[in-house]
Amino acid sequence: MPTRWFGERIPRNEDPRLLTGRGMYVDDVRRPGTLHAAFYRSPHAHARILRIATDQAKALPGVVAVVTAQDLPERIRGPLPKLIPHPALVHHKTQVALAGEVVRHVGEPIALVVAESRYIAEDALELIDVEFEVLPAAVDLEAAAKPGAPRVHADMADNIAAHHIQRAGNVEEAFAKAPHVFRERFTMDRGSSSPIETRGVVAEWDPRSHQLTVWDSTQAPIRIRNYLSDLLGLPQANVRVIAPDIGGGFGPKIMMCYPEEISIPWAAMMLERPVKWIEDRREHFVATNHERLQIHDAEIAVDTDGRILGVRTTYLHDCGAYCAYGLTVPIVSGTTLPGPYKIPNYHAEYRAVFANKTQTSPYRGAGRPHGVFVMERLMDRVARELGIDRAEVRRRNFIQPHEFPYDLGGLIYQDGVRLVYDSGNYPEVFRKTMDHIGYADWAAQKARYRREGRRVGLGFAFYVEGTGIGPYEGCRITVEPSGKVYVATSVGTQGQGHYTSFAQIVADALGTDVRDVIVTTGDSGAFGWGTGTFASRAAVVAGNAVALAAGAVRQKTLQVAATLLEARGDDLELAEGKVFVRGVPGRAVMLGQVAAAANPLRGVIPQEWEGPGLEATRYFAPPSGAFAAGCHAALVEVDTETGLIRFLRYVVVHDCGPVINPMILEGQVRGGVAQGIGNAFYEKLVYDEQGQLLTQTFMDYLLPTVAEVPPVEVDHVETPSPLNPLGIKGAGEAGVIPVPALVASALDDALSEEGVRITEMPLSPSRLREILREAQTAPTPA
Amino acid sequence: MKPAPFRYVAPRSVDETLALLAEHGAEGKILAGGQSLVPLLNMRLARPQVIVDINGIRSLAYIRRKDDHLHVGALTRQRAVEESATVRRQVPLLWEAIRFVGHPQIRTRGTVGGSLAHADPSAELPAVAAALDAELVVRSPSGERALSPGEFFAGYLTTALEPTDLLTEIRFPLLPERTGTAFVEVARRHGDFALVGVAAVVRRSDGTIAEARLAFTGVGPGPVRARGAEGRLAGSAGTSRVFADAAREAAARLDPESEIHATAQYRRDVAATLARRALELAWQRSGGRTR
Ligand SMILES: Cc1cc2nc3c(=O)[nH]c(=O)nc-3n(C[C@H](O)[C@H](O)[C@H](O)COP(=O)(O)OP(=O)(O)OC[C@H]3O[C@@H](n4cnc5c(N)ncnc54)[C@H](O)[C@@H]3O)c2cc1C
Repeated sequence: MPTRWFGERIPRNEDPRLLTGRGMYVDDVRRPGTLHAAFYRSPHAHARILRIATDQAKALPGVVAVVTAQDLPERIRGPLPKLIPHPALVHHKTQVALAGEVVRHVGEPIALVVAESRYIAEDALELIDVEFEVLPAAVDLEAAAKPGAPRVHADMADNIAAHHIQRAGNVEEAFAKAPHVFRERFTMDRGSSSPIETRGVVAEWDPRSHQLTVWDSTQAPIRIRNYLSDLLGLPQANVRVIAPDIGGGFGPKIMMCYPEEISIPWAAMMLERPVKWIEDRREHFVATNHERLQIHDAEIAVDTDGRILGVRTTYLHDCGAYCAYGLTVPIVSGTTLPGPYKIPNYHAEYRAVFANKTQTSPYRGAGRPHGVFVMERLMDRVARELGIDRAEVRRRNFIQPHEFPYDLGGLIYQDGVRLVYDSGNYPEVFRKTMDHIGYADWAAQKARYRREGRRVGLGFAFYVEGTGIGPYEGCRITVEPSGKVYVATSVGTQGQGHYTSFAQIVADALGTDVRDVIVTTGDSGAFGWGTGTFASRAAVVAGNAVALAAGAVRQKTLQVAATLLEARGDDLELAEGKVFVRGVPGRAVMLGQVAAAANPLRGVIPQEWEGPGLEATRYFAPPSGAFAAGCHAALVEVDTETGLIRFLRYVVVHDCGPVINPMILEGQVRGGVAQGIGNAFYEKLVYDEQGQLLTQTFMDYLLPTVAEVPPVEVDHVETPSPLNPLGIKGAGEAGVIPVPALVASALDDALSEEGVRITEMPLSPSRLREILREAQTAPTPA
Repeated sequence: MKPAPFRYVAPRSVDETLALLAEHGAEGKILAGGQSLVPLLNMRLARPQVIVDINGIRSLAYIRRKDDHLHVGALTRQRAVEESATVRRQVPLLWEAIRFVGHPQIRTRGTVGGSLAHADPSAELPAVAAALDAELVVRSPSGERALSPGEFFAGYLTTALEPTDLLTEIRFPLLPERTGTAFVEVARRHGDFALVGVAAVVRRSDGTIAEARLAFTGVGPGPVRARGAEGRLAGSAGTSRVFADAAREAAARLDPESEIHATAQYRRDVAATLARRALELAWQRSGGRTR
């Protein structure tokens, strides 16, 4: 048994269960008498609903109910809640549970069928007859932003949901005086986070105890509980929301509320039978939030040495048909863009635009990939134009280790707090990355490849990632007389290994084996306060709450054990599931005995205790986010004749402070890289001009597989955060963030002879060949 | 994604199958490996009344050499072809191409006959059948007939098969000495249907190309033989120049479509590249040296 679990590369507590098929996902929830739901969804991107005929569907044997908007009670018929309001978000439009008048994107639910089986429910969908008046659709982002475009919301003058500017310094002056200014337009297209497990809801209503239980593949069960309580008019105590094992979340599973998250529980109450809805993949493509489409016009002003004088970006953010979540993505783009560089003058301005497409909300990276793409592309451009080595240009502009905390001059981050980097060591992360990839003799190596007729490029990209934002998370730890330690936290878990990393923190504090620490997450019945798993915050915010609660239980343990052992608390040690007197291992009590003694049948417990037993509850509320950083580098080979690419090497150097479990962290990073490679070369949601989504299966929406994703070499730098007791920073999104920027930089390098400059993502072999052709025929840019 | 209701029957013999197909006509549908049909059913893009599951008919799965042909039963799993030393030795083009069909999991269920009967415009096996001039043996209530690829493939996802027909066997002619073959393709990802695929067959007579055949997939409604280029190759010297010119000429005559994964121009350009690569590889494998 290691003396300290924190930092150990130990296998995950949850793996035996998950790997042997004993996970409990929403679809594994089987309640007696369950009915199955399916949704009639809009086939049109924009249409007025004239008439809905459900008689035939209702008459189909096995159908129990067919519900349309007019059947819903008043309180859930209107627009669903607004998540994160913002002063700039003037038109905070949200979706409805069932559309009764207008549909604004393909896939919007119009009718709910509940039947004895999903098969019958889908048969019934074919019997529903809806008469539409098709309306013109706003699809293309730029076109939708223009005056006169078809309006997604009739009560608005245009499609602009928000117009928002953030500034630091004086950009106009900086640009006016700058010796060099370089401009470019950058585009990143729509993608889907595509978790293996689609969404799903099972709801059960007990009319006797007035108890609603909902199993929901959500990243934020507590918030769903709160909204359900409000929308259905039930006390919070009578609603229990459980997010069991979740097969990937990546952001879109935090929405409070998707239409189905309200209509299914309501149907279960109305019918007094459990109702199950499992989203199928085709539904997922149109009914679960997308992300990524933004168009950035950007320019950088530099002096003759390549030192940054100012950066300006004006961009369009694609909301889709509604904007329930708020402005997180475009805000994060604008505030991530400066990255590791000193940018004295900065201007970020965006318009968030409605279009008749599936709604968008944060998806792993959440605007960061865009910011990094723009900034890193601009830095490569500066290097190329000024003839300065691209690594050197970066070194000249890095924020230095002694300059922390580093204030970005008045920018406001997604949590509403002034953007200040807490700590970091960017030059060191960069140096390590360049060493690993062998940048120093790259030119010679590249020439060798070229002589063999091979086109290989070295790409790299640096990012700073805001993680671990507030407001808070909590944790309750209970030691039972068995000696086992039970930990309940408020965050949900979607595969990040919290059952293990949280257990490692607790095992250290209480001197137990990590396997004796049993973690429960995501069950509002087990712990009722919390926000959710997003923004790379669970380890930071919940992890520190866990540490605080473990510290409190440790104090109690020492106090009780001191009495039992007739020793002073200071002389006691906790290890191997026991409390013993230092230097006298024979004088010991088992942790379980201490737990029993802390909850006596007679006698007294100390007045100052917050409660009986070896139990404590603590909350952690960070003042602001902790900023992680990292650099990725790769060698990418291009077959110019076919446009295919292949990664020869991929290196990540990452700094998220002290690492709880390197194996888990590296898994997170590698998974992120895979997703980033998808964003760069494979995954693209394509809409036609009428707003039909052409990519609705995995035959057309291409996820990278093991064959496309290379082995990823991971190394760490550990710069602790001063903002939390454990000093940790988040890592959940790190892997995905710089990949598009890196691939672009590698392709530029591989195709430098042709003068290729990649400014869009994702690419494809076909598109890459087109770009090559354009570069070969275009006059060299001035 | 649940299929519309259907009836399910599982005949045990070819005759029983033919009787069922005759009984149900256009309402019936053969189920082989299910790798193409089941997704279509689940998406309700196909809604047959009766599924005729032929998986129980053992006698339809075999790989057998007979005279100068290799006979492959229609129900032979693609994986079995891939694992067959006989196929590898006797019809290396089929062996090379079949490993581009999906992934091992898919090939474990998917059948040779199913792939040909489905006739996906980007599938590998139709191009192989076309390049090798395979015979496709079809049984119907009125008897048995053998079709050439040209007769069998009728267009986009369409073949000469009638609803009452069962594809029972594919006969691949064995190639003479000094013949090399090659299958190359470009797909978005490993295991995807081809954006462009090319099957090449080259018979050599010393430094000269005695005969060449070239078949494309992914660039038309079905497999496309490049007869013009083939004619020009026959009798020419086996040089890089000759192969490149023939490849370009073959590609120039293609009329592929643009869709979300690739433009028509990409497909044409890459068809030229791949045809050149396939011809050179086939030539090398025939024992020829490239100049
Ligand atoms: C993820 C995935 C990737 C794939 N990738 C590829 C790929 O790269 N290349 C490729 O070529 N294919 C690919 N496929 C398709 C796969 O090869 C199928 O196996 C093949 O297309 C159909 O064969 P099957 O035996 O599964 O036929 P089924 O799906 O059972 O049937 C297909 C059609 O053929 C008919 N049929 C089947 N057998 C007969 C017969 N003996 N006589 C008459 N009609 C018959 C059926 O009625 C049906 O219409 C892929 C499939 C999947 C799921």
